Amino acid sequence: MEKIAVMRSYVLVHLAKDLRIEWRSKDALNSMLFFALLVVVLFSLAFDPTAYVSRQISGGILCVATLFASVTALNQAWTREIRHQVLDAQRLAPAPPSSLFLAKVIANFLFVSGVQILLAPVFAIFYNLHPAGQGWMLAVVMPLGTWALVVNGTFFAAISLRARNREMLLPLLLFPIFIPALLGMVEASSAILIGDADPGLWIRLLAGYDVIFTTLGLLLFDKVLHAE
Amino acid sequence: MSETVSETIAELRQVSRLFGRSAALRQVTVSLEAGRCYLLLGENGAGKSTLLRVLAGLLEPTQGSVQHRAPAPGAAPGAELGYMGHAAMLYDELSAMENLRYFAELYRGCECLAPEEALRSVGLDPAIEKSVGQYSQGMRQRVALARVLLPQPALLLLDEPFSNMDAASARQMLALLARLRDSGRAVVLTTHQRELAAPLADFVLTMVAGRLVSIVASPAPEAAGWRKSL
Repeated sequence: MEKIAVMRSYVLVHLAKDLRIEWRSKDALNSMLFFALLVVVLFSLAFDPTAYVSRQISGGILCVATLFASVTALNQAWTREIRHQVLDAQRLAPAPPSSLFLAKVIANFLFVSGVQILLAPVFAIFYNLHPAGQGWMLAVVMPLGTWALVVNGTFFAAISLRARNREMLLPLLLFPIFIPALLGMVEASSAILIGDADPGLWIRLLAGYDVIFTTLGLLLFDKVLHAE
Repeated sequence: MSETVSETIAELRQVSRLFGRSAALRQVTVSLEAGRCYLLLGENGAGKSTLLRVLAGLLEPTQGSVQHRAPAPGAAPGAELGYMGHAAMLYDELSAMENLRYFAELYRGCECLAPEEALRSVGLDPAIEKSVGQYSQGMRQRVALARVLLPQPALLLLDEPFSNMDAASARQMLALLARLRDSGRAVVLTTHQRELAAPLADFVLTMVAGRLVSIVASPAPEAAGWRKSL
């Protein structure tokens, strides 16, 4: 219990720092919001679907918009840590590396979720959406899918940190491994919007995926941080 | 020389470090003692920065071994050494105090200096609220040193600490380093401004192409006089 309390306090220290820096710079939020808005608007102009078709494809569009927009933020997640070699100071500090990782994941989760919340009304208007199923379940599916995205994205962004073409490398690593979660997210949200199937299976898949990849990230991050 | 009882703080034995096929360090052996200041000299690419990074544990030696003094009972691992690189290792968006408070939190459990105290010790006012990104290079260097001083490390590894500093600030920093050395800390610093730092040095280490070619006890009697003036 004491270890958990110590870990939690370190996570809060890192998280407060990340939120304060983002509040001042707004780098991640601005780039994500404009990118996601652009994707949603462009898709709505490119297709002229009926209300039913809208419901069918909207889950996928929302997930893909979130995915593409998140990559811009995830690429920046570690940039400020390497800008003046702050990461070296982090490596020398006695705080557990996994606390830094977990704080980054939580910060990115909050940023992406914030963008999704801002995007939701725009999305509903452009696609004329009224959930036919249990709409409240979107409040379970979207956070689970978003966590799956940011936990892997933050981890792979850290791996690509020292690569010369890291902005290219992140999607190459992230997208294939995110496919099961993307599938779960799209199927669950489509089931909720159309109301013709039970999203329970997909929600359980997302939850399992989150637990596995969060655990792996926490266990492996120490190696990633100290890799030369 | 300082009158502190000599105790080995860190020791490198036959350390080599390769980057691909090129050797940045070749068979370096050196022992660092408490209460001593080591001035590391050499041309660009001689291996000075690599040596400091190996000593800090930021790079693994390809061959040889690095040993540090065991931390005091109860002390957090990592708090025994402070490393200041070419870059400031600070967040541009935060003020000096916010940066230091953040790093002090990461060293909890250590007997850290208060962030205000660390800033005052490098001649900066803790009340300055502007972000570090708006600081001059010299001020950033001072905040970087304050960050290094936070956990009160026994071994200070400083890579070009006087770069971009005006003469007055550099002398102030030298005086601070002299006090730290006299309080029993080992200080290793690299610089291209030999004349500036030489009076502080107890030993001058010269590197050529990754080899430590000489370790000379700093003789200069005039240096002793200078030291008294610090």
